Amino acid sequence: MKKLTKFLALALTVTMSMTALVGCGGGNEQPAAEAGDATAEVTKVGFIYIGSQNDGGYSQAQHNGTKAVQEYFGDKVETIIAENVAEEKQTVKTTAINMIDQGASIVVGTSFGFMDALEELATEYPEVTFLHFSGYKMNETNFGNYFGAMEEPRYLSGMIAGMMTETNKLGYVAAFPYTEVHIGIDAFALGAQSVNPDVEVKVVYVNSWNDPANEKAAAESLLAQDCDIITQHGDSAGPQLAAEAAGKLAVGYNLDNSKVAPGSFLTAPVWHHDKYLIPTIEKIIAGEYVPESYYGTMQDGYLGLAPMTELVPQDVQDKVNEVAAKMEAGEFPVFVGPIYDTEGNELVAEGETLDRAAIWTVMQNLVKGVSAVN
Amino acid sequence: MLVGFLSAAIIAGTPLLFATLGEIFSQKAGHLNLGVEGMMYMGAIIGFIVGLNTHNPLLAMLGAVLAGAVGALLYAFLTVSLRVNQTVCGLTLTIFGEGFASFLGTSIMGSIVPGDIKSFFVARPIPVLSSLPYIGDILFNQDVFVYFGYITIIASTYYLFRTKKGLNLRAVGESAAAADASGINVSLYKYVHILLGGALCGLGGAYMSLVTVPVWQEHIIAGRGWIAVALVIFASWNPIKAMIGAFLFGGLSILGFRLQSMGIHISQYLIDMLPYAATIIIVIISTRKNKKEDMPPADLGNPYFREER
Repeated sequence: MKKLTKFLALALTVTMSMTALVGCGGGNEQPAAEAGDATAEVTKVGFIYIGSQNDGGYSQAQHNGTKAVQEYFGDKVETIIAENVAEEKQTVKTTAINMIDQGASIVVGTSFGFMDALEELATEYPEVTFLHFSGYKMNETNFGNYFGAMEEPRYLSGMIAGMMTETNKLGYVAAFPYTEVHIGIDAFALGAQSVNPDVEVKVVYVNSWNDPANEKAAAESLLAQDCDIITQHGDSAGPQLAAEAAGKLAVGYNLDNSKVAPGSFLTAPVWHHDKYLIPTIEKIIAGEYVPESYYGTMQDGYLGLAPMTELVPQDVQDKVNEVAAKMEAGEFPVFVGPIYDTEGNELVAEGETLDRAAIWTVMQNLVKGVSAVN
Repeated sequence: MLVGFLSAAIIAGTPLLFATLGEIFSQKAGHLNLGVEGMMYMGAIIGFIVGLNTHNPLLAMLGAVLAGAVGALLYAFLTVSLRVNQTVCGLTLTIFGEGFASFLGTSIMGSIVPGDIKSFFVARPIPVLSSLPYIGDILFNQDVFVYFGYITIIASTYYLFRTKKGLNLRAVGESAAAADASGINVSLYKYVHILLGGALCGLGGAYMSLVTVPVWQEHIIAGRGWIAVALVIFASWNPIKAMIGAFLFGGLSILGFRLQSMGIHISQYLIDMLPYAATIIIVIISTRKNKKEDMPPADLGNPYFREER
């Protein structure tokens, strides 16, 4: 009897742990594209996500790109997906090597923290091409990176908020106080100020990329401070739900959430990863790929706004579309002087336009009209 | 402004309230169940799925209760009947619960709680009480789930300290052997109260998925189960103190955002640390005062072998 109970205890514990593992890992079951006749050359492309493919935010936006790739290439490409991969070097390497063992000749890592692992892999597997979203490392043969000028659609969403606010106070639920987030805040504030010089942007940092309840609570604190339009740089729909519950408005991020929070959702700056992935994978297959540090813009179609909802008045939409058209023509840079920081010091001189490298250093600072503490 | 903050603190504290109360029942039965987080996830996902399919808020809550209880049943079977190490088992349950929720949630990610349920859980002021100055708006202008929390706390206090069964339960937690000798069915008491604890944790999770953020997303519990475990010690195993503590900790969890939006700078990390720092201080104080009713159940964490009496 004692033996039996011991065995039962062990079996139950093991089952519970196994189920947990299955639950967490959930990923690799992407329906492999119909291989069709095995004679056709199939290129296998591995995608590594930090979240799950339908997380309602960051990874879902990445997955939309993956789906577009699959659709475009059809039988010629097979995608392999790994979800919920933590930003630990060994985990990332194991995941990528597993993909390579399955025949992947291209591996796409879609989170910043995958960078060092991909760099090492690029040396260890010279025949495989590695593409990395949001990093800065690359080599000359098989490792490139890509990112985009999110400041452009953020600026446009700022214009909408600037025109629609009644209290002249906008709320910004931000993940962490670091450069990428600050560039977004600055672009949003400048966009809002371009149409409404009196507007103020209040920032609350959540210190997390994905904590729905806290993101909602942060938005509620901004609403309590009279902000009547909330935007966000984080993954969850929490801020949009908070705005909806308070009868206020919201600009999302990453995805068209018009169905999740129909009462508040105006639009969202979104990524179109396929605009980079499709031509790049095409080049890799053709053997013509030279690693680059791609920085997509609205001109490339790499970024844009989700369709504006009915909550945005037509005259506002018209004005935004006018500027959007200039951005799409490559004629409307976001960071043009004079720009001042929160203390009133000049960041960008009159007539000066920040180039890409300068944006990532100068715009670590927050611009005038933004109030944030961290 | 302050009223708004305190009212939000109640909402932030409600999942903690249920989870803490659940853990108190488990520990009063002598079982340290570290699976609170996992059982909250189980309640959150099952409550959400039931709500999504039935559009019935009460069935959704019932689903959460059952899910939490099933999680606790696994734990109870392992720790009461098979006498497996409680700590290990609880930790496993936490990992299991989160995986379980992610697994079941894959296909409904981003789904929204049906409108009928959302509107059931809107704030409903209680006549008379809600017109009290300040207190009325803070405590009595909330959703029915919060009111249910108040009732549960009062009922639990009565049960634990004013009924024979409550006395028996405390006896089991203090000394299972003595309780057994006095004719109490130790295993039954343990099972019932561990399951009751799990059910309450499930309800806490359901509050997160049905009311706090009524859209299914991963990571919605985000460590609140662990705060509940700390809260049990903070509350020295007393439901009323648990309620006060839950609202206090709930308030602390959103205080940082309020201060930031007002332009006051206190590090978020410091504020995140406060509940735990407060718990440590309470433990030190209660250990020094050495009052009997503030002490953990004496038999907490010990497996009970009748043959070894």
